[in-house]
Order: sequence, then structure tokens, then C-alpha cells
Amino acid sequence: MFLIVAIVLIISMILVLLRLYFGPTLYDRVLASNVFGTQTVLFIGVVGFLSGRPDFLDIALLYALINFVGTIAVLKFFRYRSIGDIPVHNQESE
Amino acid sequence: MIETTINIILFVMLVVTALAIIRMDKLFAVVMLSGVFSFLSALLFIVMDAVDVAFTEAAVGAGITTVLMLGTIALTARTQKKSPKFQLMPVLIIIIIGVALIYGTMDMPNFGDLNSPANTHVAAYYVSNSATDIGVPNMVTGILASYRGFDTLGEVAVVFTAGVGVLVLLSGLARRRREDKEEL
Repeated sequence: MFLIVAIVLIISMILVLLRLYFGPTLYDRVLASNVFGTQTVLFIGVVGFLSGRPDFLDIALLYALINFVGTIAVLKFFRYRSIGDIPVHNQESE
Repeated sequence: MIETTINIILFVMLVVTALAIIRMDKLFAVVMLSGVFSFLSALLFIVMDAVDVAFTEAAVGAGITTVLMLGTIALTARTQKKSPKFQLMPVLIIIIIGVALIYGTMDMPNFGDLNSPANTHVAAYYVSNSATDIGVPNMVTGILASYRGFDTLGEVAVVFTAGVGVLVLLSGLARRRREDKEEL
């Protein structure tokens, strides 16, 4: 049962990687890397159950948090073209 | 058997991702790909049971490095400069170093070998006593945080210094650029 889930997950990971390598626009790639992070979380959970140690589940939850921070940073970059610094054009318009 | 198959699939994905990073010249896509690269290596560490290393890899590689690289791209350029022509010397040096490294791994003990130096000296003491000495269920965490506490403290100092250096570089550059503009 978990084996089938793992196989399906690996196939979908390969599909996402293909989108990441050949994705025509940048937004495809951002979405693909975010989906890959989510799939990493799922895969850690499945591997934990496959090897009989479901305590990996806590780590999977922490991975989800890291993935979230990364995505927020990328979106902030798209919005302001900079990170952790005062955006130049906003200051000039005021 | 299942674990070996998963390892091989993950390693293939890792190598293909590395090749894609080399081939790409849009730096934004390279940052995305390197985030995925460290997610893949973190998965490999998890499958090999090194949970702490995997967590550090995911936090630093996929989280912090992505943010820092994006900040760097915001301050510099978004595309890579085309190199003028194919250069033989760097390729030769990399091939020689790679062959030497692979030759070096020939002498390494197998993964999980009982007679390897890592498993014969102090490891037995850690395995039998770390649960009662420290009281942390995960043995690797116990060793890193307590038996080798000073070593870890040094590592934290190094990482902190590097982080402060990067922050100073990234936050100063845009301000300096604005001041230059005002002087003009």
C-alpha cells in the first residue's frame, strides 16, 4: 500500500522535475519548486511508514514550514525586486 | 531492496538536477533548481537515517540559501554572462580532481560497516551510554549537542560570522548605490 504511494509519488516528482528543467516561464519554475518541496514532505512521511518509523512525521512538518518561508521570499522578490532592503522605487515615489 | 532502489532514483534525480543547473543561464531558474537540489540531498540523508544532517541541509540549503541568492540577484544581474569560448584548462583540472576524489573513496569503508574506524573506537560507548548520560532519544543529536558540544559551539560561531558578513554585504550595497546616485 505505502509502496504504491511511494511509486506514484516518485513518478509525480519526475514530472515536476521535468517542468522545472523545461518550464518555459519563470512562474512555472517557481510553482514547480514549491510543489517539489511539498512532495519532499509527503515522501519523508511515506518513507517513514515504509521503514516502520512514523516518527519522521515531525520532521516532515518542519520541512513544510521551511518550504513556506522559501516561497514567501520568492514572492517578495517578485513584488519588490529586492529582499531585506528598502525598495528603491517606493522611496523615490514618496 | 526498497531502500536501495529509492537511493538510486534519488541519486539519478540529483545528478540530472546538477547537470540542469550547469546548462541553465537564467540565474533565477538556477536558484530554484539549487533549492530543489538541496531538497533532494536532504531526502537522501533521511533515507540514510541522518535526520539531523537532513534537517540542516533543508533549512540552510533550501531555505536560507534561496533567500540569500535571491537577494544577491536583486543587487546584481539576472542573467549569466556568456563565456567567450570553450576553455580546456578548467575542464582538465575538474576532471583530475574528480578522478582523485573517486580514487579516494575506494579506501573508504562500506556504508554501515561494523569494522570501520568510526564504529570501533568511541561509538560503542556512545551507543550504550548516550541514552542514560544525556537523555535524548536520538543518538546523533545527543552526540552533537553534548559530547561534542564545544565543537558544535565553534561551528555555530563560524556560521553566525558568515551570516553577519553576508547581511552586511547585502544591506550595504543598495544604500551605497543610492548615495552614489545622489552625489551624481
